[in-house]
Amino acid sequence: MTIPTLLIRDLGLTFRTYTGSVDVLHGISLHINKGERVALVGESGSGKSVTARLVIGLLQNSRRTRVSGLLRFEGRDLGTLSAAERHALRGTRMSMIFQDPTSSLNPVYTIGAQFHEVLRRGAPEIGEKTAMERAAQLLAEVFINDPARVLASYPFQLSGGMNQRVMIAMALANEPSLLIADEPGTALDVTVQAQTLKLMREMVDRHGTSVLFISHNLGVVREFADRVYVIYKGRIVEHGGTADLFAAPRHPYTQALLRAVPRVTGGGIPDIEEATDCFFEPMIVHEGCGEPGDQA
Amino acid sequence: MTRTLAILARNPLSAFGIVLVALVVLGAAFADVIAPFPEHRGAVVDFLNFNKAPEWPYIFGTDLVGRDLFSRILYAYRISLLLAVVVLAVAVPIGVVTGLIAGHFGGWTEAILMRITDIFLSIPPLVLAMSMMGLLEPTLVNGMLAVTAMWWPWYTRLVYNLTRVEKEEGYVLAAEVIGASRVHIIFREILPNCIPAILTKMTLDVGFVILIASSLSFLGLGVQPPTPDLGSMVAEGAKYLPDSWWLTVFPGLAILVVVFGFNLLGDALREILGVDQ
Repeated sequence: MTIPTLLIRDLGLTFRTYTGSVDVLHGISLHINKGERVALVGESGSGKSVTARLVIGLLQNSRRTRVSGLLRFEGRDLGTLSAAERHALRGTRMSMIFQDPTSSLNPVYTIGAQFHEVLRRGAPEIGEKTAMERAAQLLAEVFINDPARVLASYPFQLSGGMNQRVMIAMALANEPSLLIADEPGTALDVTVQAQTLKLMREMVDRHGTSVLFISHNLGVVREFADRVYVIYKGRIVEHGGTADLFAAPRHPYTQALLRAVPRVTGGGIPDIEEATDCFFEPMIVHEGCGEPGDQA
Repeated sequence: MTRTLAILARNPLSAFGIVLVALVVLGAAFADVIAPFPEHRGAVVDFLNFNKAPEWPYIFGTDLVGRDLFSRILYAYRISLLLAVVVLAVAVPIGVVTGLIAGHFGGWTEAILMRITDIFLSIPPLVLAMSMMGLLEPTLVNGMLAVTAMWWPWYTRLVYNLTRVEKEEGYVLAAEVIGASRVHIIFREILPNCIPAILTKMTLDVGFVILIASSLSFLGLGVQPPTPDLGSMVAEGAKYLPDSWWLTVFPGLAILVVVFGFNLLGDALREILGVDQ
């Protein structure tokens, strides 16, 4: 049997506060095989995001946290690695994308400069010119038609969807083996979110990247993941293949969660073309809805 | 650029501020050329023309030993601007770095740095500068030192507050995730986002530093004669009011012009850079 990209066993997390300690994770276990897309679903405060922070290694250094259990990445125990070794994995072997792509990019630098920074993590010697060529290549992969303009732009000059594509391209720039997606695109509107998710799926398929997909949005999870873990108050309550779990949830919490979702008719998130000719047809005004002063 | 011009066109006071500052800076820079009596900046005595009301060629009149006030004001500007630049060049980096560190690290680091800052802020500025000048010799360098000591805490406060806000931004987390070092995050991610506010405050402060330095020399604690200084010129002339009014009025106006000019320029910059306070 091959080694899973990520193996978590009995992971516990406690936050120490002035008034005592709070258990956030009560021993969760999950694994992600190579190239697999695994979703961790739960409501706010269930412990999804702290799991992501633990995997990427951002919580271990805080003196307020106590971590127990096993976190193994590509066969290496993250608990026994030094801070420097964990640091070396970030941005190279694992990367992460967030809810709001626009705020994840620093407003004072161009996309090109930020791309250069990311690529330098993987190849410290990379020059300006090579970096820009590589960045343009990566942007073309996420269907950005004029990479040169985007590279010269500042994040606030681009749309949210465009920034999300940039984030996906950046996250995969150094060919990580694990991508953590923490509620990606939640800040975007639904159609753009659907497009970029589809794009992300194609990208991780092509690069053979494993994905830990964190979300509270069941519709999105159903579209994206191969397997699903449902987390509730720091405990995993159900684990199954996406199709099975959605068709016949067995745990009461999962059942309740699925009942709470507004029914999507017609199977999942609708596909919306980016632009077709019929979208440019003249405006239709319903009877009795004319603007004041118009004849119609 | 076009936006900058549009803002200036909408706001004539800002344009006026730029003109005032330009006049002062050019006057100070080319004092040797513009001043009718460049040698009057030093210890020159001309008893034939002493204490004259404004008349050609002494457009601002002469002082009690016959030196041209206009020439002396131009050279005094030179010293005032130099003092402001040096004070800010020292105080701002100290304040900015302590603010960044306190804001980013939090905990004990923050508690210690910010309490030290608070102690400095709790002493009335002029009292702090005066007690320092009382201990040290009243020279230009010590004057700069005294003003610097009272100035950096304001930048610590400003940058500390900005850092607290900026470090919660998504791009800081995104940088941590790609493995950026703390130094990189503090100086390359957070600091650039604080620059507009710092620049605006610096411009506003040039005027105030000059004002404080003038107050010090008005009290006899700053630059010593015969070096021309706006504050000490006002102090000297004050003894002969109201008869020899030009001795106080012109140096006083000179202080007003430079403080007013830099204030307007700071406001303009605030609007252009989009800083809200």
